Amino acid sequence: MYFLTAIGQYIIFLKKIFSRLEGSKILFPKILDEINDLGMSSIGFVSFISIFVGAVVTLQVAYNMENPLLPTYLIGLASRDSLILEFSPTMISLVLAGKIGSHIASSIGTMRVTEQIDALEVMGINSASFLVFPKICATIFINPFLIILSIALGLVGGWLAGNITGICPTEEYLLGIKYEFIPFNMAYAIIKTIIFAFIITTVCAFFGYNIKGGALEVGQASTKGVVYTSIFIIICNYFITHLLLN
Amino acid sequence: MIVVDSITKSFSGNVVLDNFSSKFEPGRINLIIGRSGSGKTMTIKCMLGLHQVDCGSIYFDNRNFISLSERDRKKIRKEIGMVFQGSALFDSMTVSENVMFPLTMSSKMTKDKMIERVNFCLNRVDLKNVNDLYPSELSGGMQKRVAIARAIALNPKYLFCDEPNSGLDPATAKVIDNLLKEITYEYKITTVINTHDMNSVVDIGDRIIYIEEGRKKWEGDKKTFLETDDKELHYFKSFSKLFTK
Ligand SMILES: Nc1ncnc2c1ncn2[C@@H]1O[C@H](COP(=O)(O)OP(=O)(O)OP(=O)(O)O)[C@@H](O)[C@H]1O
Ligand SMILES: [Mg+2]
Repeated sequence: MYFLTAIGQYIIFLKKIFSRLEGSKILFPKILDEINDLGMSSIGFVSFISIFVGAVVTLQVAYNMENPLLPTYLIGLASRDSLILEFSPTMISLVLAGKIGSHIASSIGTMRVTEQIDALEVMGINSASFLVFPKICATIFINPFLIILSIALGLVGGWLAGNITGICPTEEYLLGIKYEFIPFNMAYAIIKTIIFAFIITTVCAFFGYNIKGGALEVGQASTKGVVYTSIFIIICNYFITHLLLN
Repeated sequence: MIVVDSITKSFSGNVVLDNFSSKFEPGRINLIIGRSGSGKTMTIKCMLGLHQVDCGSIYFDNRNFISLSERDRKKIRKEIGMVFQGSALFDSMTVSENVMFPLTMSSKMTKDKMIERVNFCLNRVDLKNVNDLYPSELSGGMQKRVAIARAIALNPKYLFCDEPNSGLDPATAKVIDNLLKEITYEYKITTVINTHDMNSVVDIGDRIIYIEEGRKKWEGDKKTFLETDDKELHYFKSFSKLFTK
């Protein structure tokens, strides 16, 4: 019952975000700010994770292909596909749910408990669209770049790991990551990322926006936001994959 | 003039505002007094549409706020300034950005005109050299004054203040009271102030409304308030040194 009410409230919240939008003169600078705030600040973090994940993926693939009949370049190929299809879009989105999602929930939640949202409403501003719409635009725009960066750095990490350990020499690895490349896989990764970006922003904003109480509830809301975002992402991941890769 | 006609508000069966009616005239300071938890903040928030009332109507110069669409409400809201109990400054913006915010959102002024207006408003509340500070770098009293500057930036017709001088030393409280009094008379604003500070009542109240547990118990001008020995008010007044001889 609680769940159904929450879904209903979430849909009403979405409707509020997309109604009575402010003019582009006000929204555009805000979107740029959010890109900086939510996207740029995640570059270092995403890069660091991606390099290591790429390295680990390569080592694991190699570990599973001990059969000498299998050509070595398959290590590069398998690493590439797991990075593009799953590790970068899904795992990095989950990581971003923790980083930017909790930031969104707690910053909007703080505005709620300190009456800043009421102050916006008194000025005749649709607070939901004013606060959340620019964040949606920013993450939908910037997250695909983060994911592309993550894929690229993941491949670099895999190459480094293969080279350092000597399990996959450079030529074999390069051959592998170019072998029978399917461009649609990239499209699939980007579509997933965009949908996940939308989920991260709106679900976390929803929990922050509807806080009742004080500082303690701000913490709880950001935890809840991240948990539900992750669940949503995992479920959507299944359905998107089912739809796009079948 | 603001006319409030029998508004009632309850939260899951718990009535916090019970059949409240009153009139607020322009160019006068209307004080809503009462003990903590009596429903002063709720009254103001219902009048501003921040909480939806269960029944009743609110007229801003004959426009029924309750029955208007969000778009039409926006027109009225541009004429309203509000100072929240906790100031509610935007903490990601500097002082001058805070005061400029209502101007950027709903006026068509040029940038220079806006800066001029911001400086005028900050001057009006006696704040200098704080334009580039963030709210967290200000004292509570300074935050209150920035909040007042933001509320008057658009030259409001209606000004609402929720405990503008709570938590301030008596001297600063007096400065703020005087400021509110001056701007109310100067610009013929309809001012509604929540307070439980008896000094404010004596200093600036033109009309006084006393509420208890969400119900209006007494209403009248300051002179009557000071002289009356109404038993509803007696209890409240008995806590103030000003009234115990
Ligand atoms: N969002 C809410 N949900 C449920 N009850 C509420 C809510 N906000 C306020 N109340 C209740 O309404 C009553 C009046 O609260 P209100 O904030 O108006 O008091 P107040 O007179 O402003 O007090 P104070 O002087 O301490 O600010 C209180 O009993 C409070 O518990
Ligand atoms: Mg209050």
